[in-house]
Amino acid sequence: MWTFIHKMGSPPWFFRFSGTVVKWLLPLTLVLLAVGAAWGLLVAPPDFRQGNSYRIIYIHVPAAVVALAGYYVMAFAGAVSLIWRIKMADVTMRAAAPVGAVLTAVALVTGAIWGKPTWGTWWVWDARITSMLILLFLYLGVVALFEAYENKTAAARACAVLSLVGTVNIPIIYKSVDWWYSLHQPASIKFTGESAIDSSMLYPLLLMIAAFYCLFAVTVLLNMRAELVWNHREAGWLQQLVREA
Amino acid sequence: MSSPADMANPLLFFFMVVTLFPLGLGPDPERLSTMAPGVLWVVALLSSLMVSSKLFASDYEDGSLEQLAIAPYPLSVLVLGEVTAHWLATGFLLAVVSPLFGVMLGLPQHGLGVLCYSLLLGTVCLTLIGAMGSALTVSIRRGGLLMSLLIIPLNVPVLIFGTTAVSEAIIGGNPSTWLALLGGLAMGSLALVPLAISAALRVSLDN
Repeated sequence: MWTFIHKMGSPPWFFRFSGTVVKWLLPLTLVLLAVGAAWGLLVAPPDFRQGNSYRIIYIHVPAAVVALAGYYVMAFAGAVSLIWRIKMADVTMRAAAPVGAVLTAVALVTGAIWGKPTWGTWWVWDARITSMLILLFLYLGVVALFEAYENKTAAARACAVLSLVGTVNIPIIYKSVDWWYSLHQPASIKFTGESAIDSSMLYPLLLMIAAFYCLFAVTVLLNMRAELVWNHREAGWLQQLVREA
Repeated sequence: MSSPADMANPLLFFFMVVTLFPLGLGPDPERLSTMAPGVLWVVALLSSLMVSSKLFASDYEDGSLEQLAIAPYPLSVLVLGEVTAHWLATGFLLAVVSPLFGVMLGLPQHGLGVLCYSLLLGTVCLTLIGAMGSALTVSIRRGGLLMSLLIIPLNVPVLIFGTTAVSEAIIGGNPSTWLALLGGLAMGSLALVPLAISAALRVSLDN
């Protein structure tokens, strides 16, 4: 176990290891995405109230779930890099931030598209929408802070501090936005209640969530590999790999 | 805080922006008084953002931050002292004079005390979080805009609890739940945020 963690910190070893992981994970992701999308969009029955428009949840919900989980991945990597000063943790954090931001944006945009036929408006200041918007700002803050620093080692530590503060704050933000919304609940918009979702719709959704987790992992790994190649473009081990290939 | 002008500036800013709202929304007293809690709290948040963006700038430029960092005391404690001084000159003053602005926006009498009290607790959090933003961005040129991106999302709970406390008081409800939550946030920030500030300052000194 410890030797594995120790090896993870070494860029050449990680580069080889992540290459193998991506080689298997990328096809798996594509298969999961294709099966989940086909199942959700073609096979699952239409909703009796919303018709076919509900099918956007097969993109919306997985993106939202993984966007939130991605923040914790980023903050965990940040904590590891702050405490143990492991370079690879910096790279992980830096690679996860833009992916998470994009997923949050996808969740917001698909939510707006779904809102138009369902609630009759593109945007409402609903608790969950508002929380996702704040999550997007938190992600963008980390990305922008990293870009603003000239010394990239310091940048990674600054982002680690910021994402840890954000992690402590996220549950408070979510809870406060929840209370705020329940106090100001507008009467004009009727929300469909939290009805239990039927298993014929739930299984493809779960599959899509799994697919999005894989997609997140693959994208972050590819991002990290690109970063490694750039950082070690002069290193011997990389040039040797290029020569072998 | 080097001069009385530095202390007066955030208050003046607060005053100016409060003046803008009746001009933008119309002078209808009823409408203004329902909006007053939100307006006053948002303006307080913005003015705290404005003043704390430069909190550590002069210390960073003249090198006294490095002296603090190598002093034989924990940096977080020293930072807490500095933030307290800053709060007394900005957030505390703002909270004390806030009932005046409340009256100008037609906030009902029984809301004024809660406004003052909620700002007293809330500005503690705003100042601490602002100081953390300042510590993260002090070594960056043009850090001001970036700082608002970093700080505003973290200040959302403070804003919600503060405005809700004042709104509850106005409609005759009991604001103590919201004030207690604000107090909890203030205590939690006092305990934890100085650690983050000192870590951020050490990062900035390395940049």
